[in-house]
Formats: sequence, C-alpha cells, structure tokens
Amino acid sequence: MSQQIFTYEAKGQILIIHLPRQLDNHNCRNLKYETDLLLAENYINKVIFDFTRTEFMDSSGIGILLNRYKQMTGNGGKVTIYGVGAQVGRILSIGGVSKLIEHFDSKEAAIVG
Amino acid sequence: MESFRMEIESLSKNEEFARVVIAVFASRMDPTLEELDDIKTAVSEAVTNAEIHGYQGSNGSICLEARIEDKNLTVIIRDHGVGIRDVKRAMEPLFTTDLSGERSGMGFSFMAAFMDEVKVESEPGQGTVVTMSKKIGR
Repeated sequence: MSQQIFTYEAKGQILIIHLPRQLDNHNCRNLKYETDLLLAENYINKVIFDFTRTEFMDSSGIGILLNRYKQMTGNGGKVTIYGVGAQVGRILSIGGVSKLIEHFDSKEAAIVG
Repeated sequence: MESFRMEIESLSKNEEFARVVIAVFASRMDPTLEELDDIKTAVSEAVTNAEIHGYQGSNGSICLEARIEDKNLTVIIRDHGVGIRDVKRAMEPLFTTDLSGERSGMGFSFMAAFMDEVKVESEPGQGTVVTMSKKIGR
C-alpha cells in the first residue's frame, strides 16, 4: 500500500485537485486541511476535482466534495469534476453529488465548463 | 462453508487493508467487478465507522469476519467501542454525530444500498456489531 497524496495545480483562479487512487477516510483527512490552506492563500473561483487516478471511493469523499461545493458556490464560485470511472460514478450518483456538480470528460472541458 | 476471522487495529490505514482482504475472500464466489466494488465499499464504510465513531479515533480492535454459504456472503464487523444509543436514528440517511462537518452521514445508506441486508446491534458502552449479507451470482 503505497503513500497516497493529493497533488495540486493552479491555473489562474482555478485550483485543480488530483485525487489519489483510493479516496477513503484515511486519505481524505489531509485533503480538507491542504485545500483550506490553498484556498485561503489564493483567490480561487473554481475548484476542479480530477478523478482519473481514483479507482475507489466511499462516503468519506462525498462529505469532502459537498463541503467544497457549498463553500465555493457560497462565494459565487464553481466546482467541476472530470475523469470519473465506473465505481466512482456510482458512488457520486448515490451520494447525490452528480446532481450538483457537473462531470466532464477531460481536464480541458472541466476548466472551461 | 468457508469462513475467516481477523482482528485489525483501529487505524485509518487499515481501511484499505480490510477492503483488500474482503475482496480476496469474496473473489472465491466469482463475483462481477460491480459486486466486488459493492462489497468493498460496504466493508469500508463499516470499518471506518468502527474506527472514527466506535473508537473515536483512538486505539481499539476491529474484528472482520466473513463466511460463504452457497451463494451467500455474510460479513460481520465488530468493535468494542462506545456503542450507539439510538441505532434507528444512526441509520437515518445523512444523520451523523460528527461535529467537524466533513462527514456526509451516508455510511449506513451506502451499506444498505450495496448489500442485501444490514443489521446493526449496539448498546452504549457495549460496542457495535454490523452484520451484512449479499447474494452473489445468479
């Protein structure tokens, strides 16, 4: 079980969060803290979650996504998602996230969308 | 009938370990990828609950047990943590005792969505036993 970390990419006012292979409670614990820091230090009006590497997620990830969504939309910002695979797609759908956050097929589409 | 039983420490890194173990065991039933994902997700939810709610993040032992009988998989997750005062309330979708605001309260909903049956037995101070079952294959 290798070290799993989030990686971040900033493009102007957009923050792209590259999620790890396993998005469970263990890996989610640092996500809030790290993104809080990044959002506080920069003017970000769009957060994009990249699921291309994510093979598994459970409800721990749902909480994180919904919180960021509430936070960003509360400030007039936006959240988008791309790279969603089969298992992740089912979880997002059952978790009610798919109704709120738009899914895109590519990073470029998620940036523009 | 095939079965196994193991004790793991209540550490967040063991969430993945529990998923891998149940996946390997359940693979004996020749499940579809979707069925395997279902089982892994349900186990992940139950083990995470034991860790963060049962033991509130401190040391403890979580017992993961499973058995295969005909086409039925039964998984039992046991902890000796704080227990649940109102099980019915705890299992309501979106209900959570977490104060940080980061937990969705969907753990039990996911277990119920992905397994055929979920039974929760718990008393304050007596720990919690979650028993889930799923029929695999036609």
